[in-house]
Amino acid sequence: MPLLWLSAIILALATAGFFLGRARALASVNGSSEKLHSLPSYYGSNALMKSVFPAFGAMLLWMLVQPLFIDNRVAQLIPDSEIDEGSSIGLVMSEVRRTADGITNAINAGFIDDETLTAGQADLSDVTQRLKDAGQVVTNDITQPILNAAQEYRALSETSRSVMTIVVLLVALLGAGWGVIQSGRDFRARNVVEQGILGILIAAASVAILTTIGIIFSLIFNTIEFFSLYPAVEFFTLLEWAPSFSGRGGASSLGILPLLWGTIYISVVALLVAVPVGLFSAIYLSEYASPRVRGIAKPLLEILAGIPTIVYGLFALLTIGPLLVSVFGEDGAGWMGGGRSVMTAGIAMGIMLIPFVSSLSDDIINAVPQSLRDGSYGLGATQSETIKQVVLPAALPGIVGAILLAASRAIGETMIVVLGAGAAARLSLNPFEAMTTVTAKIVSQLTGDSDFASPEALVAFALGITLFVLTLCLNVFALYIVRKYREQYE
Amino acid sequence: MTDVSISTTPSAPDRAKRVSLISSDARTEKRKSAERRFRMYGIAGIATGIFFLIVLLVSIVSSGTGAFQQTFINASVYLDPSKLDKNGNRAIEDLRKVSTFGYTPLIQQAVFDKLEQNGIETPLQKRGDMKALISASAAAQVRDVVLANPDLIGETVDFRILASSRVDGYLKGRVQREDVARDKNIDAEHLDLVDALVPLGIIEKTFNIDFITGADASESRAEAAGIGVAMIGSFFMMLVVLVLSLPIGVAASIYLEEFAPKNRWTDLIEVNIANLAAVPSIVFGILGLAVFIQFMHLPQSAPLVGGLVLTLMTLPTIIISTRASLKAVPPSIRDAALGVGASKMQSVFHHVLPLAAPGILTGTIIGLAQALGETAPLLLIGMVGFIASNAPDGIASGLLDPNSAMPAQIYEWAKRADPAFYERAWGGIIILLGFLISMNTLAVILRRRFERRW
Repeated sequence: MPLLWLSAIILALATAGFFLGRARALASVNGSSEKLHSLPSYYGSNALMKSVFPAFGAMLLWMLVQPLFIDNRVAQLIPDSEIDEGSSIGLVMSEVRRTADGITNAINAGFIDDETLTAGQADLSDVTQRLKDAGQVVTNDITQPILNAAQEYRALSETSRSVMTIVVLLVALLGAGWGVIQSGRDFRARNVVEQGILGILIAAASVAILTTIGIIFSLIFNTIEFFSLYPAVEFFTLLEWAPSFSGRGGASSLGILPLLWGTIYISVVALLVAVPVGLFSAIYLSEYASPRVRGIAKPLLEILAGIPTIVYGLFALLTIGPLLVSVFGEDGAGWMGGGRSVMTAGIAMGIMLIPFVSSLSDDIINAVPQSLRDGSYGLGATQSETIKQVVLPAALPGIVGAILLAASRAIGETMIVVLGAGAAARLSLNPFEAMTTVTAKIVSQLTGDSDFASPEALVAFALGITLFVLTLCLNVFALYIVRKYREQYE
Repeated sequence: MTDVSISTTPSAPDRAKRVSLISSDARTEKRKSAERRFRMYGIAGIATGIFFLIVLLVSIVSSGTGAFQQTFINASVYLDPSKLDKNGNRAIEDLRKVSTFGYTPLIQQAVFDKLEQNGIETPLQKRGDMKALISASAAAQVRDVVLANPDLIGETVDFRILASSRVDGYLKGRVQREDVARDKNIDAEHLDLVDALVPLGIIEKTFNIDFITGADASESRAEAAGIGVAMIGSFFMMLVVLVLSLPIGVAASIYLEEFAPKNRWTDLIEVNIANLAAVPSIVFGILGLAVFIQFMHLPQSAPLVGGLVLTLMTLPTIIISTRASLKAVPPSIRDAALGVGASKMQSVFHHVLPLAAPGILTGTIIGLAQALGETAPLLLIGMVGFIASNAPDGIASGLLDPNSAMPAQIYEWAKRADPAFYERAWGGIIILLGFLISMNTLAVILRRRFERRW
């Protein structure tokens, strides 16, 4: 039964529970609702909640556990001989899944029927051909163990599906029934319903924690797998990044240092663009500008923050790059080989960060108490002297925090460097050379790759965890500084 | 740095000069010019920022408007029965067997005939020489018409077929005559021909609705690529984001703002949300890849997965803005509700939440706009690298079938070698920004219209 229908039936059961519970509660007091503890609809809601939430919870849990369980069972069917040199059980399992899906689709489309697939007798090349005719993506030739495993996989999935349907419907029915039976004049329905709602609210708030846990686990597990295939020491110390594309493992050198260098270099260029422009804008907007100028200039600058990064990426690739080449390229200074370079990406990223620096610094400068300024004016300082010697020193911790936040943004930025910085990992000082970054390599190692067994793909997770830790430290430190600073003047 | 420190050790001539308060001395002048300079730096900072904005917008508009226009060739194609229907029975199965290769010569002939009818002289004497003018999609276009209406075979039908991207580029100024010498796809004679055909109205440049509604096309057919299907993909993703992030975000904010006791767990959640808002978007892509695709085996490239990843990314934004608008509702409202006997839950859901709704809505729209433009996580869950050619038919296939999204499609075009795709990428950006601007304007209007000051 499709999930959509199952959900619809659960909802129908729950709705029925709502009306029955409500009716039963009213009946218990002969229709005079003022004798009930709670409003009648709370009795209905009680039944509704008791059927919907356990049922959907069971469904979700089942769907999470089912693939694990089935994979485990099916994996036992695959003999070791089936796993090629350099391959892994994971790869074979994904082939089994593909085959199983292919068979199901082909049966639905009428290209094949169950009889031809009966274990042990099927003509394998014929089956492969038929699957291909049905437009299914399968490997060149399906072997007997894989076919058996695929059939077992299908059988298990089907059984599990039907059992799930029954269990979930039963849970929904029992829940609704329980809610209806509870409904009576002395049952404190409102308290129960409100407890339930509070539970939902807590669950929703915990999604944030679940996300963090998900991020950490998905990074850590894959990174551990990567380090079991590739020495961690080399990853952190090798000065070369050269993944091999031909085979698995072996010849690749995967050192993170060139990537980190590119990341930091581009971020520094970006900050060199963004910090002066952003900071001076913030100073002018908060100290000098009339309300009218501020009302126009601030939103204009903030438009820059609302523009998606892909736009900046394209701007770097197609506008800044050619412009730089025409000045510093072959015809000009001769420092630049192609349009993609540290400068190209850095400038685009700097433009992106201007509003980030300016609005954060603006807030922070505004938080400096007016009394400090007045004291300085009283001593005869001019406005610029006041800013330079009183306001900025007072705001400095906050501004440093803002710059750190901007730096963390720059390190984590992806689209601009993917399009503007180039693909070659280099340790070079020339800002007009193409370099690459951690984020750009995560994209290139993982894009369009569905097997996670080779170190060349898994390295992306190690890069990801480095990036995550780096930005997390910067953020925590920056937020700490900013918060500390705010408290100082509150 | 004040004058006081100086005047404690005044020299005699100095004192004589400083008698007048009206004329300022050199030091004061210096301080004044320092003041002016500093002010100028500020103005220069803002001017630079706004200058960048203008350059950005100008380059988007100037490079992107071309994508909304497309060059077409008006030709009368004779649908030769001896080529298209050898059996002569107009059976649809037989017609399907004729591939686009069967149609290409007919179209080339039709364009060639146009030259002869109008008496245009050209060194190109063969029908096959017309290939450079005509898009590779033209044959499929004619074939589709014939398959839909087999009775047309044997007649001469007027078609408006796509011109090749080189011809299109020539009319838009992208392809120059100097470039053509090195181009194996088109020769200078073809451009002469284009120059001759344009005044006759046979080749014309018109508004290109297919760019907005159409599907992506393969690498060699830049002229046929459109962003319509990717737009549908984005729409389904936004649907998922809205359906999930609004309720979860509001529920989380209500808990944190109204119910949460001050304890470790709440602190942990708050720190988490603040940090999640600053985690690089690519990390969310890794999360999506590992959890939704590697672990849960959801289909790759599906808008559902894209929507789930973007939901997790948008949640912190929505939670932060929702909490701000809940906080803005004065406590007297809550107290009044509690005072007439409402439970805590009732006071929140019946009174506080409706009053905070405009603010929540505004925050949600801004969060959605952010999610709409996000690209990096989509690259990791596979929403690039294939041609999004089919519009989904229904909600389930819209959520589960592989599709692209607008920013991913733009990235895909920016990666391709043919510069004709760059124009498409800029055009796509115009459409994307159009959506973002309308969403943000809606948010601003909502805020202005419904915002309440207490």
